[in-house]
This record gives sequence, structure tokens and C-alpha cells, in this order.
Amino acid sequence: MDAYLIPAVDGVGYGLLLFVVAAGLTLAFGVGDVLNLAHGTLFAFGAYAAAKVSDGTWLSLALAVLVGTAAAAAGGAVLSALLVPLAGRGHLAQALLTFGVALVVGDLLVGLFGPDELPVKVPALLDRPVDIAGHSYPGYRLAFIGVAALIAVVLYVVVARTRVGSLVRATVDDRDMVATLGVNPFMVRTGVLAAGGALAGLAGALGAPIIGPGPRTADLVLMLSLVVVVLGGLGSIGGAFVAAIAVGEIQTIGVTSEVTQDFAPFLLFGAMAVVLSARARGLLTSRRSAA
Amino acid sequence: MSILRRLTPLGFPALIVVLLPMAWVLDDYATKTLTSILVLGLLAASVALLTGVAGLPTLGQTAPYLVGAYTAATLVRHDVSIGVVQLLAAAAAGALFSLVTAPLVVYARGVVVLMITLALGELTMTVAGRWKSVTHGTDGLLAFAAPAPLPGLVTLDTDRATYLYVLTVVAVLVGVMLLVLRSPAGALLRAARDGEARMRASGHPVAGYLTVAYVAAGGLAGAAGSLLVTVERYVSPGAGGFDISALVLLAVVIGGATSLVGALLGAGLVVATRDWIASRDWFGGSMAGHAPLVLGGLFILCVYLLPRGLLGKRTAHE
Repeated sequence: MDAYLIPAVDGVGYGLLLFVVAAGLTLAFGVGDVLNLAHGTLFAFGAYAAAKVSDGTWLSLALAVLVGTAAAAAGGAVLSALLVPLAGRGHLAQALLTFGVALVVGDLLVGLFGPDELPVKVPALLDRPVDIAGHSYPGYRLAFIGVAALIAVVLYVVVARTRVGSLVRATVDDRDMVATLGVNPFMVRTGVLAAGGALAGLAGALGAPIIGPGPRTADLVLMLSLVVVVLGGLGSIGGAFVAAIAVGEIQTIGVTSEVTQDFAPFLLFGAMAVVLSARARGLLTSRRSAA
Repeated sequence: MSILRRLTPLGFPALIVVLLPMAWVLDDYATKTLTSILVLGLLAASVALLTGVAGLPTLGQTAPYLVGAYTAATLVRHDVSIGVVQLLAAAAAGALFSLVTAPLVVYARGVVVLMITLALGELTMTVAGRWKSVTHGTDGLLAFAAPAPLPGLVTLDTDRATYLYVLTVVAVLVGVMLLVLRSPAGALLRAARDGEARMRASGHPVAGYLTVAYVAAGGLAGAAGSLLVTVERYVSPGAGGFDISALVLLAVVIGGATSLVGALLGAGLVVATRDWIASRDWFGGSMAGHAPLVLGGLFILCVYLLPRGLLGKRTAHE
């Protein structure tokens, strides 16, 4: 049991990272009604910002987080503008456009930053092991868990307790009614795509020491956050949280044990299969009542 | 478009008749390219079957494709040298994979399917990279021995022989699929796509029909995987990468989604355009090695400029 303590803590960190990314994706889908297949690419924006800007000082780390978040938020807003000509063309056209953008921008990122995974420097204070119950553990990851948990709480409070949050929840429930109330749907979409992008960029900049920037980063993050969003229920932030922690644990504990090492991806398949077959009808009916 | 559509029943035999003599017309390099196009075209046809005919837009057919390719490569390495045996085994493996994953896919609709299938494809690629004892990881599997299509036939040692074998397989499989889709079975599938509520109301098991289509598409993709091994003599996880999913979906979008023949032609168009762009110098720099950039660019252009076909149809009832 003791051998699993460190991977379990790691899983929480990994899960929180996935949650922050997937929350952005699920917001864009639930509120903006856009399946953003370029979401992983926006995460890569943040991760590359961390690798290029952060040089081991606190100021540079803060600057990297700022640059990464702003760049990804701008990316989300640009996507929203690119989607304007597709008005009335349905979800599929939108998803395909974001997919094309993801391919193009992914290739440009590789051209700009090279085909290798980049190392990320963090402040010296965080760059050393700390002691948890007799095990040494990377200080940065522990700090990350704290910060990401804080982000999760802030996100919850914003969605559950503020006026913007109630607008978000209302739009998930009944988009047309919210539009009828005089809220401009284009502004809502641009807002959530930018906010979702900001979450991805923030996760990328903070999480770069965990999922480093490289040519496969965008695909990996997109795949994992899609799994999280599907498992958590579309548009549900709370569901995404539970699913993200579960996926994080599967990814870290799964690769720790010799036996399950090769099969960690199968475990993800399995989790998806169990949840989707249990909820399949629920998923379908909720989509129908919304339509 | 409507004239094209009216000519569709004649289109496929005509296409095969045009492609057959190419074996003696083209040089080795062009023959090889055309062979690869046919393999991707078969994969694209499986995507078209799901995306266009069944209404389940998919980015994950590379999963049964990889499963089929690894099955065929493993058979080659165990001295099974009959092409048809490899083909059937790979198709069965692809179909089995689809049967197991069907519950994940057939209850979802629209872009949710896109999400789930994308995750399935990526997960399968990850498994292919990790499961070293079976797949040799990212090194890939070499499958060097050339198969003989049937017992007693010559082995496929030349590019021309390989081309003719691949063309025959694609012609038979796509031909059979086209016939099935023209039968009442095809009508049921299209009806389930266009009027799911009515079909349910009149007692049709829609999810069951979709499962059959999904398994059949998995079989086609698995067969395409076997052809890939016959052509390349090698398979690695990269064969099922993001850019391949993108390429075949793009081929289907260009081909007009509901048409398997359109998917074949679309695959040809996409690969030809990609290679043409990659082979030239642009602003003093080569585009070689920038396949994702080219594909992504084509994708964006198609979404904006080709609203008909797949995309136009979808809006009508969404």
C-alpha cells in the first residue's frame, strides 16, 4: 500500500491538471456549444510559454503564466471569430474547423520550437524534493496540487455563486431562452471560448513541468480531456472534476505497477466503457430534451 | 452534383475499369503511390460508411485499422503467407475490436461520437506504442515476407502485382458494400440516420443497426490495415496517427460523405494534393515534413468552401 502513496498523490496532481484543462473544454462545449478540438493546442501555448519565459525566478514564472494564459485566451477568441462564417452549419462543421486549426497551429508550433520536448525551469525553492510521510516528493508538484486545487475552488465559486456563473449555467440548460433574454450568443461563445482557452493556457503554463511542451502534447492533452469530459458528462464541471481525478489516478497508479503498466490505456478504455454503458441512455435522453 | 449522383451506380465499375490498366501504364513510383491511395481509400470508405451513411462522424477508424495491420503483420511473422487469410483475419480482428467498442459509440450522436472515437483512436495508438511484447512498441513490426494472394498463386514480389492485388481487394469489398447499401439494409441504415425518432417509434432497433454498421466499418478498416502491411511490409503506431485520421476524414468530407466511391476519389485527391504541395518549394522553403500543416490548411479550406456534401446535409436536420 505504501508503494502506492506517491503515485496516488501524483494522480491527484495529474487529475487536477486535467480538470483545469477539461473544465475549459466542457465550458466551451456546454455553454458555447462548440467542440473545440484545438483545445490541446491552447494548452501547448501555455506549456511553451512556460518553457520559453520561465528561467527559474518567481517573476519569470508569473510572467510565463500571464503570457501563456493570455495567448491561449486570445487563441480561443480567434477561434470564435473563425467560427462566425459557419453560423447555422451545425456542430460538425465547427468541430472540423477547429480540427483543421489544431493541425495547422500544431505544425507551426513544432516549426517554431523544434521537434523535441523542451525542459521547463521552475524557481529553486520549488525545484527540490520535500518529505511526505517518509517519501521524498518533488516540491513543484506539491505546490502545483495546492494551486490547482485553489483554481478548482475559484472556478466552482464563479460558476455556482456569481452572476456570470448563473448565465453560464442557464446557457447550458436552455441556450435559446438565454438568447431570448437579450444576451448576445456570439459574445457568450467568444467569452466561453476565451475563458476556456485561458484555463487551458493556465494549466499549460503551470503544468508544463508535469506534461511538458512537445510535438505530442496537444494530442495527448486533447485526448485525455475528451475522455474526462465524456466521463464527467457534457458541460458538467462537477462531473469533470470527479472524472479528471479518476483518470489521473488511472494514469499514474496504472503505470506504476509492473502488471498494469502496459495496460494503463486499456484501463481508460474500460472506465469509458463502464461509465458510457451505464449512462448511455441518460446521455441520449438529456441530449434529446435539450434539443 | 445531381448529374454526378445519377451516374453513381455506373461510377464504381467505371473507376475500376480505369484503374486496372494503370498497372501497365504507370511507372513503379506512381504505381506505389496509387496503391497507397487505394489502401487509404478503403479506410476512407469505412469512415464514409459511418460518417455519411450511418450518421456517426468518426475520427477513430484508425483504431480497427491498426488492429487489422498488427494482426496481419503478426500472421506474416508466423509464416502465414496467404494474402486472403491475412486479409480475413485482419478484417475479423477489426470487426471484433469494433464489436467490443460498439457500446461506447452507437448510443452517442453527433459531435459526441467525434469526441469518443477520437479518444478511442488515440488510446489504441497509445496501446500500440506501449504493448511492446506484441507490437514491439514504437519500433514497429517488420513483416517482410510477401504474401501470395491465394494458395498456388505467385507471391506479390513486384509493385505491379501488389497494386493488382490491392485493387482487386478494394474493388470486391467496396463493391459488396455498395450492393449491401443499395439493398433494404442500406435503406434501414439511412432511415435510422434521417429519422431516428420515427424509426424507433415503428419498432426498429436503431442502436442494433448502428452496431452492425460500426462492426462492418471496423471490418473494412481492418482489411485496409492488412493491405497496408502487404504494401509497406511494416507497421508502427504512427500508421494510425492523428494525421491519418485527419487525412481520411478530409477525404470523406471532400468526397461528399454519403458516397463510398467519393471517399475513394477524395483519398486520391487529398494524397495527390499533399504530395504535390510537399514536393515544391514555397517562398524558398520546402513543405516536405509539414503534412499536418498542409492537411489542416486543406481542412479549413474545405469547411469554408465546400459546405455541401457532408456538412450541408447535416444541418438540414440538426
